[in-house]
Amino acid sequence: MSRAAAPVLRRHPVTLALAVGVAALALLPLGYIAAYTVDVGWSGIEDLVFRPRVAELLWNTARLVAGTVACCVVLGVGAAWLVERSSVPLRRLWHVLLVAPLAVPAFVNSFAWISLLPGLDTYTGALLVVTLSYFPFVYLPVAAAFRGLDPALEETARGLGLSSWAVFRRVHLPQLRVAVLGGSLLVALHLLAEFGALRMLRYPTFTTAIYDQYRATFNGPGATMLAGVLVLLCLLLLLAELRLRGRRGYARTGHGAARPVRPVPLRWLTVPSLAALAGLVGLALVVPLASLAYWMVTGSSTAVDVPTVVTTTGTTLALGAGAALLTVALAVPTGWLAVRARGRVSTLLERSTYLGSSVPGIVIALALVTISIRVTPWLYQTVPVLLAAYVVLFLPRAIVTVRSAVEQSPPLYDDVAASLGASAPDRLRRVTLPLIAPGLGAGAALVFLAVVTELTATLLLAPTGTTTLATAFWSASSALEYGVAAPYAVIMVLLSAPATVLLSRDARRGSTT
Amino acid sequence: MSSLTVKDLTKSFAATPVLTGVDLHVPSGSLTALLGPSGCGKTTLLRLIAGFDDPDSGTVTVGGREVAGARGSVAARRRGIGFVPQEGGLFPHLSVARNIGFGLSRRQRRDGARVRELLDLVGLDAGLGERAPHQLSGGQQQRVALARALAPEPSLVLLDEPFSSLDASLRDETRVAVASALAAIGATAVLVTHDQAEALSIADQVAVLRHGRLVQLTDPRTLYRRPTDLDVAAFVGEAVVLDADVRSGVAHCVLGELAGEWAGPGDVFPEGPARVLLRPEQLRLVAPAPGAPVARVRRVDFYGHDSRVWLDLPDGGSVSARLEGADVPSAGDDVAISVHGVARVFPPQAAEDRGATAAAR
Repeated sequence: MSRAAAPVLRRHPVTLALAVGVAALALLPLGYIAAYTVDVGWSGIEDLVFRPRVAELLWNTARLVAGTVACCVVLGVGAAWLVERSSVPLRRLWHVLLVAPLAVPAFVNSFAWISLLPGLDTYTGALLVVTLSYFPFVYLPVAAAFRGLDPALEETARGLGLSSWAVFRRVHLPQLRVAVLGGSLLVALHLLAEFGALRMLRYPTFTTAIYDQYRATFNGPGATMLAGVLVLLCLLLLLAELRLRGRRGYARTGHGAARPVRPVPLRWLTVPSLAALAGLVGLALVVPLASLAYWMVTGSSTAVDVPTVVTTTGTTLALGAGAALLTVALAVPTGWLAVRARGRVSTLLERSTYLGSSVPGIVIALALVTISIRVTPWLYQTVPVLLAAYVVLFLPRAIVTVRSAVEQSPPLYDDVAASLGASAPDRLRRVTLPLIAPGLGAGAALVFLAVVTELTATLLLAPTGTTTLATAFWSASSALEYGVAAPYAVIMVLLSAPATVLLSRDARRGSTT
Repeated sequence: MSSLTVKDLTKSFAATPVLTGVDLHVPSGSLTALLGPSGCGKTTLLRLIAGFDDPDSGTVTVGGREVAGARGSVAARRRGIGFVPQEGGLFPHLSVARNIGFGLSRRQRRDGARVRELLDLVGLDAGLGERAPHQLSGGQQQRVALARALAPEPSLVLLDEPFSSLDASLRDETRVAVASALAAIGATAVLVTHDQAEALSIADQVAVLRHGRLVQLTDPRTLYRRPTDLDVAAFVGEAVVLDADVRSGVAHCVLGELAGEWAGPGDVFPEGPARVLLRPEQLRLVAPAPGAPVARVRRVDFYGHDSRVWLDLPDGGSVSARLEGADVPSAGDDVAISVHGVARVFPPQAAEDRGATAAAR
């Protein structure tokens, strides 16, 4: 019984209008960059883009992305195999410890490393630090994919005479492809957008160069054209992933739950495997936490200004809460249509928000600064513009959770409630809201936690005098006042810790900073 | 409980007609099964009766009150029609008791007596009331869904393939429980199904729907014995269809001379070519006798309680017979076939019947 999408859409005119508005907001930065590029013209592009400086940045960015993705895939797949398929002891504990580095924002991690080892400001140093921050993005989806593998497939393959290695190569790898590609894309997109960590490691890429240009010449065409190249890189990545991924996922045929797997015995490799996992967790989690603890202890005697820390925390929490509520509210129309009025239009609206937030935070901030100065000068450097940036950046997290929440509440329940005599407001109160509330809450929590550790857009857009944990940490650590910076970092880590739990549930799409 | 009358109901989605003029009458207190292959429009009909969708034309009358028709339609929530969806559709955020109480007044909900009464009616333990829906088996969920639909004392209950998601063993048990609950309160009920055995066993009358149209509405025995055409015959049970020649009221076919009953239009038994319908259980195998047509056993499917015997006929065709008991021939045996009871005689194969013959083989 197929129902055409168009009449369904016509039945929700207000929702549709809202969703269109949200998509337009999400695409605003991208549109700004495109319009600006057209404005500059070909000769302008030639002057601004085709120069040695850009080539150098491109090379820096490309080799860092390639290196990091490769390292993350090796670490992520290896760790996931050990935890999910081998007989390594304490598997649950290792799983938590391998996800935990996500609670340490990348710029805090790089602060922790470089404050201890100032010599890390090289390619190798940058590679080390960002890999340790980002490998969980590969680990999580691959671990989930390993868990989802049907052991019957492996047994069938063995029955057909395949060796362990051949089973891994011909049965496991093809099924892990989607997870590995998805994780790699997340790592690459994060890296293209990464500003704080690389800046702190003094490793120049597009984001840091855009920031320098912006600081030097304000909204000059130089920064915008660099942003254009960066956006192009992001879009190329998204496109490449779409092409490579092919048919999405593999369905398990047959009914019933898959049996749990019999883990592969490690025997004499148990000790080396444990050492490898311990080493990884040590570098990714223990070193940054120990470094923060060290600076807390050495710094506490000198400089912790408790009232300022409290005020800053309050400001951050308020901004986070406001952004979370706003983002979830704006995600509802899009998420609702994506489920209840499936079709080309709703898919397009949903995808536009994803596309909009694949743009790095620095570009979104730059675009919003320029637009607000030109179009709405009375809004420049105010909280609404900052909130708009947060919305554009974090909409996908909210939409994904709203969507799955609406899927929990199929129209059938509405029909049943109506047949039992409930009026429309009654149905909303007694059926729909209770069903989607947990999803909305989870979405709000994800956005909240992302805002609390957001650095780049906040640096550019926060009203004068408004400091958040991230920006306060940033100015202190830039001034080499490590003891002052440490408490802010510790609070951010503590606030992010619950996010790792939420992220481990929805590994594939939970995060694009 | 009230009667239900549907008159000339039509409905299209986009350009696709789903119902093309359905008439249906369900007497008060009876259970009617809407039987049809998937895609025949039976669920759409149910949704129109419930008021979840509006018909393009035609009327729906419940207990003398027109709830859909030319004068617009009554909202679903004001129709007083209970609805049991395919997989129960229990509200996942409410306990069993609160699901059942959903349509009750606040006072009745708090009191709890009505909820206990309904749990008892559908044969469930009162202790299940505090469980969450996901803690129940599929069959229990269906019973709770029925209790929920019956709670506000609707004038009519609609059940949309309520047993199709259950395992075979659970299905029979749930079917009995649901049928007896409906009978106990004398409910008027319409049950959608694509399972002919279910329709024949549970319903007082069966409405066969095909291509958005009602083709036959009658009690289960008549439907099985006297289907209106060979298509319906093949849909409601296994069919043996043979070409025949009618001469002075007797059908001559490859199985010999059969006593026939005319199924075509009019009372007159026309002479000439015709098609006869037999059910596999009407065929009996006897020792071959001189002069009688002899068939050869191709294969025997043994089911325990009975067997199906595949027979190659002398004219090159084949039929299957269902035989009870242990006395079953083996493949390769030659047997003679005798026919028990009356054959139903249809007009010769028309274009639209060809599909039915294929299905019957």
